[in-house]
Amino acid sequence: MITLSHFIVLGAVLFCIAVASLFINRKNVIVLLMSIELMLLAVNINFVAFSRFLGDVAGQVFVFFILTVAAAETAIGLAILVLLFRNRSTINIAEIDSMKG
Amino acid sequence: MPNLNDILIMLPELYLVAAACLLLLVDAFMKAEQPVLLGLNGREVLHWTSILVVLVAIYLVISGQPEQPVRAFGGMFVRDGVAEILKVFALLCVALIFIYARSYLADRKLFVGEFYTLMIFAVIGVMLLVSAGNLITVYLGLELLTLSSYALVALNRDSKLSSEAAVKYFVLGALASGMLLYGMSMVYGATATLDLATLHNAAAHTGVPNLLLFGLIFMIIGIGFKLGAAPFHMWIPDVYQGSPTAVTIFIGSAPKLAAFGMAYRLLESGLGDLSAHWQQMLAALAVLSLAIGNLVAIVQTNLKRLLAYSTISHMGYLLLGLVNAGPEGYASALFYAISYALMGTAAFGVILALARAGFECEEIDDLKGLNQRSPWMAFLMMLVMFSLAGVPPLFGFFAKFLVLQSAIHAGMLWLAIVGAVFAIIGLYYYLRVVKVMYFDAPVEGTELKPQRDPAMRLVLSLNALTLLVLGLYWGPLLGWCKSVFPG
Repeated sequence: MITLSHFIVLGAVLFCIAVASLFINRKNVIVLLMSIELMLLAVNINFVAFSRFLGDVAGQVFVFFILTVAAAETAIGLAILVLLFRNRSTINIAEIDSMKG
Repeated sequence: MPNLNDILIMLPELYLVAAACLLLLVDAFMKAEQPVLLGLNGREVLHWTSILVVLVAIYLVISGQPEQPVRAFGGMFVRDGVAEILKVFALLCVALIFIYARSYLADRKLFVGEFYTLMIFAVIGVMLLVSAGNLITVYLGLELLTLSSYALVALNRDSKLSSEAAVKYFVLGALASGMLLYGMSMVYGATATLDLATLHNAAAHTGVPNLLLFGLIFMIIGIGFKLGAAPFHMWIPDVYQGSPTAVTIFIGSAPKLAAFGMAYRLLESGLGDLSAHWQQMLAALAVLSLAIGNLVAIVQTNLKRLLAYSTISHMGYLLLGLVNAGPEGYASALFYAISYALMGTAAFGVILALARAGFECEEIDDLKGLNQRSPWMAFLMMLVMFSLAGVPPLFGFFAKFLVLQSAIHAGMLWLAIVGAVFAIIGLYYYLRVVKVMYFDAPVEGTELKPQRDPAMRLVLSLNALTLLVLGLYWGPLLGWCKSVFPG
């Protein structure tokens, strides 16, 4: 029997993987975009699971909005990435360090 | 079903959306470099129209303000006194920024229509966020603000620093949104509602399940990120330094009002009954912000970076007001947010006024001998620095006094003492800027002359002098701030 807590644990595990990869990954900005996406999807799993088990549809409506905003966010993220590559010819995170202090 | 009344309640926002879309079209079809109207070229027409659009929005916000709080679209949107005052000052900041930014943008070939439309969309995000009555509206308003800000930070497409700042802002901003959303999902799971008013009741009835507390912690992390409170401040210095100053001035003003609005909506309107829990967390954030902001600012040599760390410390003071968790505390925090927004626009306004083509005026040493080159600008900068430091009789002093007082009334004397000690430490780096302007010899060969744009000089002077005037006659503004939080 799959219960609510299974979904919440799945959401938590995905969220942790996403946040960890944001901090551990030192190579590539595209991987950062993927982890951001994963983070939002983990939240969506939470919302859908709660919505289903609480019998309240509002959570699923929220998921639609999150998906839409995530798409817009990725579009802007990729646009910024293109700028970064044009200006620096690299998307290696370790090399993005000209400002410190 | 939404009816006409709902639309009228949301009129200022809807008007701004329509106006922003129209400005986008005008920009696309008007000849930018040729005279089109009254001898002004297309860009200048767009510039003055944008200012007019924002001023009309202020009028709509004030004139249509209902006596009692009203809710529209099934409680999604709330129009009350808090929203009104935040909207008025956020729009005012944007109008000021349009005036200050023009010469700076023109010198750098950034005087383009996107700047104006993105700024207006960002301020629509602010307005939506501070009027939110539902977690969905909070999220959508926040994202509209931050997505527009990402694009604004990257406005200078050929600058390495600008694109680097944009990437950092984007990644950390997205992380913050993710945290906030995760918290919201937990709160939703605990209370089965997204509506803030229902949430407030549900939280009062169900007691405090662990799920709700868990969600609260994530939401506080999200709010901390958006305020720029330590330890979630990492993005602030890089974004302030890397973005064009015309955008830094925006990031340092209106979004601070929005962050206060967001904290108020989520913590008071939504989870006010959990205040005993979030007070402690906010107190910890406040102490860390005060310490990190003030101490790290001392070693900065870049003026924009110094102001960034100063922002972090100011957010610490704002949190001192929120920690009170009562009408007095909210009023003092709101007063502080307004004072910071006005001081921030004035501080960056002076930098914008002194910058010219090929000269950013962003190192503290660039200000050497400013008094001999341009006494008036030096005087304005001195007013702003003294106000930021909290020297009486300026605006900043009274704002700091109020938040410290509200922390004491909340029974947190130690917190007020920490705040006062760090205010004294903070004096050092603000006074260093004043010392450099008045007592150091100007560097030979540098041209430290302010922009000739008369509108900008006039408005900037008014903006800085307002800090003095409001420091002496704070009564009406404080009365307004207090009146929106009925006890």
